[in-house]
Amino acid sequence: MDMNEIKEIFFQECEEQLAELESGLLKMNDGDRDPETVNAVFRAVHSIKGGAGAFGLDDLVAFAHVFETTLDCVRSNKLEPGPEVMKVMLKSADVLADLVTASRDGGSVDESRSSGLVKELEALANGDMPASSAAPVAAAKPAAPAPVAAAPSDDSGFQAIPFTFDDFGGEEQEESVPTFDVTFKPRRELYSKGNEAALLLRDLSRLGEMSINCNMEELPSLDDLDPEGAYFDWTIQITAEKGEEGIRQVFEFAEWDCDLDIKLREPEAAAVTEELPMVPVPFDLSALDDGSDGPGQTVAAAVEAADTASGVLKAAASAAKPEKKESPAAAAAAAAAAQANNAAGQTIRVDLDRVDRLINLVGELVINQAMLSQSVIENDATGTSAVNMGLEELQQLTREIQDSVMAIRAQPVKPVFQRMSRIVREVADMVGKSIRLVTEGENTEVDKTVIDKLAEPLTHMIRNAVDHGIESPEKRAAAGKEPEGTIKLTAKHRSGRIVIELVDDGAGINRERVRQKAIDNELIAADANLTDEEIDNLIFAPGFSTADKISDISGRGVGMDVVKRSIQALGGRISITSRPGQGSTFTMSLPLTLAVLDGMVVTVAGQTLVVPLTAIVETLQPEAQHIHSFGANQRLISIRNSFCPLVDVGRILNFRGTQANPMDGVALLVESEGGGQRALMVDAIQGQRQVVIKSLEANYTHVPGIAAATILGDGRVALILDVDAVVAASRGQSLKQEMSLAVAG
Amino acid sequence: MKKKVLTVDDSRTIRNMLLVTLNNAGFETIQAEDGIEGLEVLEECNPDVIVTDINMPRLDGFGFIEGVRRNEKYRAVPILVLTTESDAEKKNRARQAGATGWIVKPFDPTKLIDAIERVTA
Repeated sequence: MDMNEIKEIFFQECEEQLAELESGLLKMNDGDRDPETVNAVFRAVHSIKGGAGAFGLDDLVAFAHVFETTLDCVRSNKLEPGPEVMKVMLKSADVLADLVTASRDGGSVDESRSSGLVKELEALANGDMPASSAAPVAAAKPAAPAPVAAAPSDDSGFQAIPFTFDDFGGEEQEESVPTFDVTFKPRRELYSKGNEAALLLRDLSRLGEMSINCNMEELPSLDDLDPEGAYFDWTIQITAEKGEEGIRQVFEFAEWDCDLDIKLREPEAAAVTEELPMVPVPFDLSALDDGSDGPGQTVAAAVEAADTASGVLKAAASAAKPEKKESPAAAAAAAAAAQANNAAGQTIRVDLDRVDRLINLVGELVINQAMLSQSVIENDATGTSAVNMGLEELQQLTREIQDSVMAIRAQPVKPVFQRMSRIVREVADMVGKSIRLVTEGENTEVDKTVIDKLAEPLTHMIRNAVDHGIESPEKRAAAGKEPEGTIKLTAKHRSGRIVIELVDDGAGINRERVRQKAIDNELIAADANLTDEEIDNLIFAPGFSTADKISDISGRGVGMDVVKRSIQALGGRISITSRPGQGSTFTMSLPLTLAVLDGMVVTVAGQTLVVPLTAIVETLQPEAQHIHSFGANQRLISIRNSFCPLVDVGRILNFRGTQANPMDGVALLVESEGGGQRALMVDAIQGQRQVVIKSLEANYTHVPGIAAATILGDGRVALILDVDAVVAASRGQSLKQEMSLAVAG
Repeated sequence: MKKKVLTVDDSRTIRNMLLVTLNNAGFETIQAEDGIEGLEVLEECNPDVIVTDINMPRLDGFGFIEGVRRNEKYRAVPILVLTTESDAEKKNRARQAGATGWIVKPFDPTKLIDAIERVTA
């Protein structure tokens, strides 16, 4: 492992600490006063600072230090974490996260923002209340010099006091090296703290030529001897280039527990002492060791001339205890494992590439198993042979392996949700609104590939909700609502998918305006008769933007259509329900994984297609009396007394030029997001199976109406239908032209 | 014979740095990630020197040092405090708990090895 790898680990750890920090701060913000919560928050910042210092990331260290100082005030109950204080803390967490990112990826952070926060933090640590809530207090003592503020906050701000072994003396002494008389008298505390007089003397001897005298006058008779007592003192003459500082340095750890006197000798006296040989201490206390287990050791070791004795003692001690720890590597691995272990089960860290490789391999295995099954079935029509039975079991096992492997990559949505709370804070600040984000179900797990792609559309929706959804405090007050708006973000599992809901208690969709806008943009006819639901869903139409003016925040050239498309690209659906004056609810439903799909395999114009099972409500065999013509070439099917448009998939995908006879095929009743139900006509159903998704974009190019591809048991490629796109195409809303380019091959 | 160092630190980054630095310097390194674990592994690893952080979950460095000193067998083993706390108060508390010496972060491999060699034979 080299430094770069450790740095990598450091940034990984930073991510974890930042998550810990944020969730702790949010808890405190909700009134949690558990000291352990505050401690955890403090430790998170402290850890980041510690690691950052090791890599010389000065900006990060400086900010973390100020942040930590203020947190320490909260920890020691000097600062009450009220709403104003917490606001500063949360902002500081954001800046800290930015600094981490900047340190990792390069780039810079908003200097004015971070230095502004440093001032706010320092003011808090200094006992000033935030300006907004306690301006008079701040004004009353404007010039009070803060101890923290005294530290330079522009550059590094924090300078840890390192202990250095650098030369201090020497520069004033011209030619001659100074000689010192040192008296050193340890107290018993010196030994009880694990220091050793012998070692100190050894280190001292390394500074230069030295002679030493041991004074044993205080040594009592054996009967009165306390084996842990300190009875000796030493007088030393030493010629030390490093001067007095160098000598003090040797005693740095011990000087509190000994009497130490260092005097510079006159040059001529030095010459004399240089001739003196080092005097060994003529006394052997080894006999005292008998019967006294460890305590005698300190005295004995002190008397022995340095290295050997204590070395032997320590060696003996080591030998006495068999080593149970196998190797440092094993210990480190165990430690790393335990680190990730958060009260729950044991965990290990695995490189994502390895998991991805495993998932790919299992995907191939599933395909291979399907191919094998198919060829066996072709040769064994009865399906009773032992091979066939075995294959069924294999199929079962393969499926289980696949599920288990997918579970490895499953992760809670928590990190993404946490990022959202920051976005709410920032955007709300920008537009001058007061908004609370409530999250629920953040431990809901979903495949990492889905999580990674979830952040962007979710960010956009959150921005939208803050910018357009929630009203300004004045408007809210006028409407008789709490001035503080609430956005609720929830995640839950529902029938093999993850459902994410974004609920705001804002004004709801202004249907009049949406409708007018859609007419202006020629998305709908001026006299179109639309239900409320259909109007609401117009906001997802391409080229639609509800904001009259494009704002900084949510109008970055993308609209909800982009959100919808990215959700669809994930195999998901999105819809909105809205109640005027009460708010809107966005519901997203996403597959738990992007790797496999339960699909219905169908035949359309001789082609094999896969329709995602989640989209299908039911399948039915149309009968002549249920088919009704409508307009030029529209057909409807009546299902239990309601009418549903009939869509010929083969026609839509340009597999054939004219519509097939509905009576010759099968209708798949599908539910598409926002568009209600449609009956998709296919020629025949082949069966139902789990397929491994292969991206068409990655291997070929995007094809309208097609979501992806897969490889079937017979080794042929089958296309996976994008139900929403097909439904949209049938509505004539879009894609029509694109469609003509479609899948002819 | 290799000298054995027990390190106690909750930061994975610092643990890795300690591991690399100590292994490169020819020490055998045992690692624990908080005071409780440190005390647990103490008996079996029988270290020549201990390097510990102060701010840790479950049991902090002060508690850990006191725990080591209460143990008859280890009350004389050198303990170095590795921490960013450079203020005198924390250093004093560590000393009162029984720390032998301290190393102020930012982490510097040379300083660490020097300090360890100062307190070990």
